[in-house]
Amino acid sequence: MYQTSDIKKGLKFKMDGAPWNVVEFLFVKPGKGTAFTRTKLKNLLTGQVIERNFRTGETFEPVDIENRNVTYMYNDGEHYYFMDSESFEQHPVGETALGDSVNWLQDNMPCDILFYEGRPISIDLPNYVELEITYCEPAVKGDTANNAMKSATVSTGATVLVPLFVENGTTIKIDTRTGEYCGRVSK
Amino acid sequence: MNDVHGRVLSVADGGVTLLRPGGVVAFMEMDPGAARPGDLVVGRAGPGGVVALEVVWRHPTGEFPAPGSDAARLAAPRRWELLRRRAELLAATRTHFRADGFLEVETPLLVPSAGTEVHLDPVRVELAEGPGEDRAVRWLITSPEHHMKRLLAAGAPAIFNVGKVFREGERGRHHRAEFTMIEWYRPFSGYEAIMDDCERWVAALAGGRREIVFRGRVLDLTPPWPRLRFYDLLRERAGLTRPEELDPEAQMAAFVDHVEPTLGHERPDFLVEWPIAMASLARPKPGDARVAERFELFAGGLELGNAFGELTDAAEQRRRCEADNAERREAGRPEMPLDEAFLAALAEGMPPSAGIAVGFDRVAMLLLDAATIDEVVAF
Repeated sequence: MYQTSDIKKGLKFKMDGAPWNVVEFLFVKPGKGTAFTRTKLKNLLTGQVIERNFRTGETFEPVDIENRNVTYMYNDGEHYYFMDSESFEQHPVGETALGDSVNWLQDNMPCDILFYEGRPISIDLPNYVELEITYCEPAVKGDTANNAMKSATVSTGATVLVPLFVENGTTIKIDTRTGEYCGRVSK
Repeated sequence: MNDVHGRVLSVADGGVTLLRPGGVVAFMEMDPGAARPGDLVVGRAGPGGVVALEVVWRHPTGEFPAPGSDAARLAAPRRWELLRRRAELLAATRTHFRADGFLEVETPLLVPSAGTEVHLDPVRVELAEGPGEDRAVRWLITSPEHHMKRLLAAGAPAIFNVGKVFREGERGRHHRAEFTMIEWYRPFSGYEAIMDDCERWVAALAGGRREIVFRGRVLDLTPPWPRLRFYDLLRERAGLTRPEELDPEAQMAAFVDHVEPTLGHERPDFLVEWPIAMASLARPKPGDARVAERFELFAGGLELGNAFGELTDAAEQRRRCEADNAERREAGRPEMPLDEAFLAALAEGMPPSAGIAVGFDRVAMLLLDAATIDEVVAF
């Protein structure tokens, strides 16, 4: 069991049947009363962030949660397969756990997968990926000043908004956390 | 050329970066000679100024500062600046209270009884006070309150005290087990006078600024600061209809969850008229015995101080200390010895008085815009 004194950023524990991660915490003891620890907690299944105060003396259940370094291999139409960098085991992961990340997966991409009670629940990709544009409308010359954007399809099949001057076949850099275009990559 | 001395931080072509005493970093355009990082050096004068650096102490490895050392910690940007300004705030505090007619008093840190307050844990020490004597239990004070009240009963004028206090098991971004407290009392005075003192003292420390920025938010110091009643806020901000009827534990939980996080963000707030059960050393409010003459000062989200219209009735004080111990017993926590010398002083007649204890480190955090208490202390 964890005590309130174990609370620190990144501590993961089980509460109300869900795994939670401590995002922020503060020891408070207002009004010469009982001590509390104020926390901001993130539900690792839903991403919901809540505030919760714990009285000194409350205890927490540890949670079976593990982060594993993996490499993306392939998908068979049902699951996405990742190879564990340590055990070389293959982990099949369903689309729900991957969320928008499926848009940016490339062969041999190194990622981190979080397992809760043995089940994969989320994935962390590298912050940026470089992908080639496979289709977009022709570039509009001389229109670099305004912020107008057009839709482009990249090699993974995902669509990204890019500035009008970007041409078909260009390799672009994308922020995987937002799905936004960050610039052209010179090859 | 006396200013060319200090610690070598780095050596580059054509110059040396020196850390001068007081945390001033200076780049000296000169031949580094044999100097290397960590060395203590002084400049040697020659024709046209400083011509050479003399190494007066050679660092054993040249790898400076060693990780985890005092030097590494205090080499962080702003650390010496914060310590210098903290010292100025302390000096300004003494100047302010002296000019206001207060007498500075010193009181013992090591005492036979450190009070019975249920949620404060004094640090226990054992010592033999004289050669060959048996070891006796003593406590480190959690506040100088009892001794200051003994002085008031003995005829003291308005008094203030600046010193260290100790509270076991308190550690966080705003807490340390050892911290600096400023406490002051006014005899023959009500606790409204202490609120005025707070406004004037903080104004003096702010050096005439009406607004300060703390953690990215503007705090308006213009007096008078709002006086907010405890039960009013439980109604307005915790949504309770009859907070008076809840037990103290439930009142406290509602306060911690819904009220405390809202206090002191735009202006400092005085939270006044606490439930009598939460004010073991305060007197009941005349005309409303459900609440005590107690206030707390909040500013910038920090709880700065706690004040009372002081309880001066010796019999009632003894009863409350015994009730504290009964509550400690129930919670399975150690009972504390009663401070008989303090109770005896009250029995001799303590004038109606008001006083406050303020965490000086937090006041320094507020005025110096520090995120943690550790930034405003050296160790």
